[in-house]
Amino acid sequence: MNQPITPVSQRQLRNHTSFGQSVRNSFTMAYRGILKIRRTPEQLFDVTFQPIIFTLMFTYIFGGAISGNVQSYLPVIIPGILVQTVITTSVVTGVQLREDMDKGVFDRFKSLPIARIAPLAGALLADTVRYTIATVLTFTMGYIMGYRPGGGLSHVAIAAVLVIVCAWAISWIFAFFGVIARTASSVQGISMIILFPLTFLSNAFVPVKTMPHWLQWFVNINPISHLVTAVRNLANTGTIGNDLAISLIGAAVAVAIFAPLTVRAYMRRA
Amino acid sequence: MGRENPIQLKSVDAPWAVEARGLVKTFGGFRAVDGVDLKVRAGTIYGVLGPNGAGKTTTIRMLATLLRPDAGTATIFGYDVVKEPQIVRQLIGVTGQYASVDETLSATENLIIFSRLLGLSHTEARRKAAELLEEFSLTEAAKRPLKKFSGGMRRRLDLAASLIAQPPLIFLDEPTTGLDPRTRAQMWETIRRLVKTGSTVVLTTQYLDEADQLADRIAVIHHGGVVAEGTVDELKASVGRSSLQLRVEEPQTIERARRCVEQVLRVQSIVSPEAGKITAPMADADKVTDLLIALREAGIRLSEMSVQKPTLDEVFLTLTGDNVTESPSSDEMDVEVSQG
Repeated sequence: MNQPITPVSQRQLRNHTSFGQSVRNSFTMAYRGILKIRRTPEQLFDVTFQPIIFTLMFTYIFGGAISGNVQSYLPVIIPGILVQTVITTSVVTGVQLREDMDKGVFDRFKSLPIARIAPLAGALLADTVRYTIATVLTFTMGYIMGYRPGGGLSHVAIAAVLVIVCAWAISWIFAFFGVIARTASSVQGISMIILFPLTFLSNAFVPVKTMPHWLQWFVNINPISHLVTAVRNLANTGTIGNDLAISLIGAAVAVAIFAPLTVRAYMRRA
Repeated sequence: MGRENPIQLKSVDAPWAVEARGLVKTFGGFRAVDGVDLKVRAGTIYGVLGPNGAGKTTTIRMLATLLRPDAGTATIFGYDVVKEPQIVRQLIGVTGQYASVDETLSATENLIIFSRLLGLSHTEARRKAAELLEEFSLTEAAKRPLKKFSGGMRRRLDLAASLIAQPPLIFLDEPTTGLDPRTRAQMWETIRRLVKTGSTVVLTTQYLDEADQLADRIAVIHHGGVVAEGTVDELKASVGRSSLQLRVEEPQTIERARRCVEQVLRVQSIVSPEAGKITAPMADADKVTDLLIALREAGIRLSEMSVQKPTLDEVFLTLTGDNVTESPSSDEMDVEVSQG
């Protein structure tokens, strides 16, 4: 602090941020997000306990009724639980973004000569860590309960990546609510209203055949159903089909719509 | 050299760190800032003084590119805050009213993240963080999460974070609000040292002694506008002259003393008989000699004599008091006090 500062006239100043700098800033912000997770491990309660409790609960409650026994229900329920848990986790992105933006530290980020998008991109990036934890725990729980995916480890890994990518895409929707909502609890509220029909009105827990016709129509076009089917095909039989393509297209559409909306709303506030 | 780089010429020619004209910011129907003009010379400490809700913070936030002004213009070292915000951000450091650091992270982690964002490499960031923590005597607490920090430590860290890039202009929004007197004095010392390195400091405060102690110039903001601007002495002089206070030894001589004062100084004086005290405005210090001689010749013995300068408190109350029209000068306020 005691050395003299560089005079304004001798500084190299630019009014625009390069792409390289945007990427570097985003990774630094992601690093911050991961540090925060490490400092407050209680944030990981949902991604650790939800896979464990839901997998146990759903498997033993519905196993006998739906598939005759627990063992034959596992290939159905594990991909379903996986998708439901990881997608639910993505709500946190929006809630935390809202909380973060209300804090004093956000003023500092805004006053720094960094890419405007970095705090948003960093938050979304850091949350993939949470999806990974939830994914690994769900498969591990399934394995402990006797689930032996027929597709082998490599296809399970592809399925895991697919779920993480889709959750990241969907997190843009919740990030949008996070940016436009006034309070963190309202973000949670809105997100849950969207999330419940999407995850439960799908083939995640029960066979579609057992539902009324009008409901089957929705369940069959629900992108979550396609994602669940894609994960089942990958993990159980190692096959890659239409559902994988539809899931990825759905993810791309979500990003294409909500990323620009979120960024625009965010920039207006930032 | 200057011909190759037009930007250099431009900033060399700008002696003003801050130049704001007619800044306006409206929230809903409320004009929080209503036509503020400010000019801050580079290398000085500038105080923005005003009561709560006067528009100080909103003004600073506009100058620091955190809020877009609804009307008016502002430049930082010649760069427009609206058109060239990213350049302005390279020239400023902002320390907010509420600590703008990450509560869940440690002091070191905070400084490393800010340093990385400012383009320092990993090792440089570590070195810079350690250096600043040392500088602000936070080394011992470096690894603790900020939740366990005291208010003073948090402010110091906050200021440290603003200094990573060694910006030529630093905004401090109420840097010492809520600090104990000792921590406050340390903060003042730090601010003075900053200016010695060539930085310009713009600080808001509601404490008059803080502005008095630190600021080269002061703007008093009230109801969203600048109501007075100048050096501390100019502001004091604008509100009231110094006053001469005399205390006579024998109370029965007070009436004669008063006549003497009014004859020599040719002013109205105020007498408080029970205290044996006479207060008179002192326009011309030279005449006090005549007065003292006249008093001796009249055989009036004095027990005490003092000159009271108007305090910044008087300035502040006069300028921002809601009954300004009722008490336009400190003299009249004195009358009211002694009569009441």
